[in-house]
Amino acid sequence: MSRSGEDGRRASPASGRRIAAAKAGVWIAALTPAAWLAWRAARRDLGANPIEELALATGWWALFLLTLTLAVTPVRRITGINRVIRFRRLVGLFAFFYATLHFLTYVVLDQFFAFEYIVEDVIERPFITVGFVAWLILLALAVTSTRGWIRKLGRRWRKLHRFLYVAAGLGSLHYLWKVKADTREPLLFIVVLAVLLMLRGPIRKRPRRGRVAGPASQTG
Amino acid sequence: MLIRRPCDIRSSEITPYRVYLNRRHFIGRTAKLAVAAAVTPALLASCDMLPGEETERGMRSPDPSGEGSGPQERDWIGVRSELGETLTPFGDVTGYNNFYEFGTGKDDPARKAHTLRTRPWSIAVEGRVAKPAVYDIEDFVAPHKLVDRVYRLRCVEAWSMVVPWSGLQLADLIRRVQPTSRAKYVEFTTLYDPEQMPGQRRRILDWPYVEGLRLDEALHPLALLATRVYGRDLPTQNGAPIRLVVPWKYGFKSIKSIVRIRLVEEMPVTTWAASAPREYGFFANVNPEVDHPRWSQARERRLGEFRRRRTLMFNGYEEQVGHLYAGMDLGRWF
Repeated sequence: MSRSGEDGRRASPASGRRIAAAKAGVWIAALTPAAWLAWRAARRDLGANPIEELALATGWWALFLLTLTLAVTPVRRITGINRVIRFRRLVGLFAFFYATLHFLTYVVLDQFFAFEYIVEDVIERPFITVGFVAWLILLALAVTSTRGWIRKLGRRWRKLHRFLYVAAGLGSLHYLWKVKADTREPLLFIVVLAVLLMLRGPIRKRPRRGRVAGPASQTG
Repeated sequence: MLIRRPCDIRSSEITPYRVYLNRRHFIGRTAKLAVAAAVTPALLASCDMLPGEETERGMRSPDPSGEGSGPQERDWIGVRSELGETLTPFGDVTGYNNFYEFGTGKDDPARKAHTLRTRPWSIAVEGRVAKPAVYDIEDFVAPHKLVDRVYRLRCVEAWSMVVPWSGLQLADLIRRVQPTSRAKYVEFTTLYDPEQMPGQRRRILDWPYVEGLRLDEALHPLALLATRVYGRDLPTQNGAPIRLVVPWKYGFKSIKSIVRIRLVEEMPVTTWAASAPREYGFFANVNPEVDHPRWSQARERRLGEFRRRRTLMFNGYEEQVGHLYAGMDLGRWF
């Protein structure tokens, strides 16, 4: 998030403090699931199959935070609360954080670097392939989430970061293909994603504001 | 054709010598029977040693009270499978279950299956049998000798356990009800009662759960109708009061809380095969060479272990059951 208000006015010092406090809150909230998992792991309280439990939990939180990230713009548009945009990058990066924990759980704990099996999984099993591609997209978006990259990429940055929808879609598909019979939860993610995508449809048709490059371009 | 894979560890290196000798004895007898091409269940059942059968009496007789304060885990120290594997702890065996009738989470059955009433319980035996009947569970079990078996349980989801069961040999029951010559398959059905089994209120599967075996599979002495685990009555989450255990097949074949056993002419339509025919077949033999469409079956995680281990052909029971599938294309009949 850029420090200068994307909503077109400079934030007052008081609101700046409120934002800083809110961001601290986001940090705490977003790290709580990871801390809880670490605590349970330390107490050997992750059940009979702790690796599966870790994979499920980290994957779920990645998908949840990804969906939350994509909800920011529609929420801003519907409620008119422009400040929410300031949390979008942070939440998105936490989604990447959980996706990375999920990926590492698979590579390190589940497969223990058995690369011949990992490569086979990624190539031959669509369930793994889509999850891996989703993580690669998140990796690219996380790397280019800095202000330097935003400036460097200019208008293309927005196009690139629309791939977040693709990542979320693939992530939901990954979840859907993982379950054996009870598809309610992955389908719920897919429905929410579809609704979010529909909600943002009209935004694109709005006339562009004068300034396209730079921080303001993040609002799309 | 079957493709034999050598085990990582030769069984002769880890099995106690006496057990090993018995094992060779059993295999030798089985081979002779196979040559005779007349493997009658009666003869096979007379073999005194089967894989997984307790020989070293490290195992105590079942807890007489049936529901004491839980198994004394120390009583089970030293009990091993025929391949020398240690038992999966009681807490994991009874706390990590797939029993979708109580929810799809692994801990759902342990938390929710207390609603299942296992007494009174009746089991109908019907179809192509000389003596169809409805039995009370006590009468159903009473005529049979309870046997103790330590079996590997390999889930289709690529995790596994080692479990000490007690129960009756399915073959004994089938002989008792006298199948007619038209009986070719055995079909098993789980209780259907959404009041007791809340998971059945949503049709994630086509309830009631149905499983099946070919008659020769059902007559194999390894096929067990288990009534006990770790020497005590089955907890409801493990399929009380009686469940099937077919150790060379993926766990979903081992149907729980059985209320009906039917001898039939046609291959039964089984629940998972109907739900996803591309993914689950009727036979569902453990086979590291035939992957699930979504994941590899080459390796498995034994609960309690960190590294995955290689999955064994027929879950390590190839010597005993391989002949049942001689000449079958196991990639097609998965």
